[in-house]
Amino acid sequence: MSARVAGVILLAALLCVPFAVRSEFWLSFWLLVLLFAFLGQSWNVLGGYGGQFSFGHALFFGIGAYGTAVLQVRHGINAYVAGAMAVAIGALMGGIIGLLVFRYRLRGAYFALVTLAFAEVARILVASFQYTGSGFGILIPLSRSVENFQFADRRVFYLLAWVLVVIGSLIAIWLENSRFGAQLMAVRENEDAAQALGINIVRTKVLAIALSGGMAATVGVFYVQNYLFVDSHIAFGPAMSIEALLVCLVGGLGSVFGPLFGSVVLHAIGEAAKQATGNAPGLNLVLYGIILIVALRFLPNGIAGLFARRTRPKREAANA
Amino acid sequence: MLKVRDLDKRFGGIAAVDGASLDVAQGEIVALIGPNGAGKTTLFAAITGFVLPDTGHVRFLGETITGLPPHVICARGMVRTFQIVQPFGALTVRENIAVGAHLHHPRRKDALARAEQVAAQVGLDKRLDQPASTLTVAGRKRLELARALATEPKLLLLDEVMAGLNPTEISEIVPVVRAIRDSGVTVMLIEHVMQAVVSLSDRAYVLNNGRIIASGTTAEVASDPNVIEAYLGHGAAERVKTQLQAGHAS
Repeated sequence: MSARVAGVILLAALLCVPFAVRSEFWLSFWLLVLLFAFLGQSWNVLGGYGGQFSFGHALFFGIGAYGTAVLQVRHGINAYVAGAMAVAIGALMGGIIGLLVFRYRLRGAYFALVTLAFAEVARILVASFQYTGSGFGILIPLSRSVENFQFADRRVFYLLAWVLVVIGSLIAIWLENSRFGAQLMAVRENEDAAQALGINIVRTKVLAIALSGGMAATVGVFYVQNYLFVDSHIAFGPAMSIEALLVCLVGGLGSVFGPLFGSVVLHAIGEAAKQATGNAPGLNLVLYGIILIVALRFLPNGIAGLFARRTRPKREAANA
Repeated sequence: MLKVRDLDKRFGGIAAVDGASLDVAQGEIVALIGPNGAGKTTLFAAITGFVLPDTGHVRFLGETITGLPPHVICARGMVRTFQIVQPFGALTVRENIAVGAHLHHPRRKDALARAEQVAAQVGLDKRLDQPASTLTVAGRKRLELARALATEPKLLLLDEVMAGLNPTEISEIVPVVRAIRDSGVTVMLIEHVMQAVVSLSDRAYVLNNGRIIASGTTAEVASDPNVIEAYLGHGAAERVKTQLQAGHAS
């Protein structure tokens, strides 16, 4: 069975969840799995296909979440318009950071550190101003109606998140079958060679981080519309950045369904551990660390790499 | 088609390229030879925009291209290969070549089809679906050539495509390069394999310590005393001459 087939089956199974599961808790749980899968996909666009490892994807997530909340609460803008604007701001911020960072040729660890720094700066800034709710965060007033992007039936939201994951997979498939994707992967593999073959590497990477930023911001929008609350730690804290890269690393870098596999497996294990140990705080993080080590050691291509591969070689071979 | 004038590139106190000038005309195969460390690769890098020359200028197809980034120069029709091959390891041979083909073919299907044609041209058509990382050295050199060729260049700069190949592999790649020229692509090559230089190129430039010390037909430069000294050390030309004469006398 190829990873593609497994991914499609998993997607189909996830579509059935709201009709099979009655408990609010489990519906919420699977909703989060879907949102993190899409967040992972946003990271995958930049990290998996573009080879640029961001440690600060919370920045884009936070921009989406805070953007939507602030625009609605402070400016009375309609939820959908606010969401769309927040996504656009996320993409724009991605582009700006990309221009700054890639023009000056920051790569690898330096790129990771700069993204981390941006997210931290955003976290501190947001917690410092009344306008963004300072230390308390922002609450979106409860007003369940379709116009407000708040649904009385949580299943609607779940289905929207499911559609989001499908769109994310389509974006990845597009990357694997388009000029832009080919150029992005060429940049990931070897920047000098890519440049020699006529690829504008700065432009390619800037577009990738803008796309990635817009996608991550979308997750923020959905998150805040679901919980109707956001604070600086949730939005810009390192946990969200780690979540984004971890689901990807565990699931399989640069593969269409990798982030989805990663999200499902990580959260299933995390939840099982929580239940088994009676909610010991921080245990899920310990577990994440262990899973990451095991995954890196035994699954160089992530969970997606477990399935019959099409043509892509093992990561070690690629480095040889 | 290519005019290089008084190109200088210094790294710290060392002049890697020191006032180099050369011309390449349409349809030629021109060789750039010289001992190790002569500055050949740096000269290539300065021509193709990978390093910014300190002074001097490069004109290509009548336009000054000095200081333009490599991808712009490539789009104008001049492409280089790398001496140390740089395959996109995780991609297949077909995908590797398609990256080059995408320069002029926006659609994936067209680029992949073009990649197949180019692969056939350089003899990689049996290896299309193999990951580039699994190719042999000879295969990687061909891939390097194929990717560059897929960008449909007017001028192709080849940096030691034959280094590390055995004599059989060299004799296989020589006709490939010749066929590329015959298809209308001008070629400039850095090469150490003299057999290939002599059989392929119309003219040669010899670079030593960053300076062009000789130019002319390959036969002319091979017998130039300056060139022999550059390769074999001071006084070598004289010794070679006397030894040859002694050989004839006995």
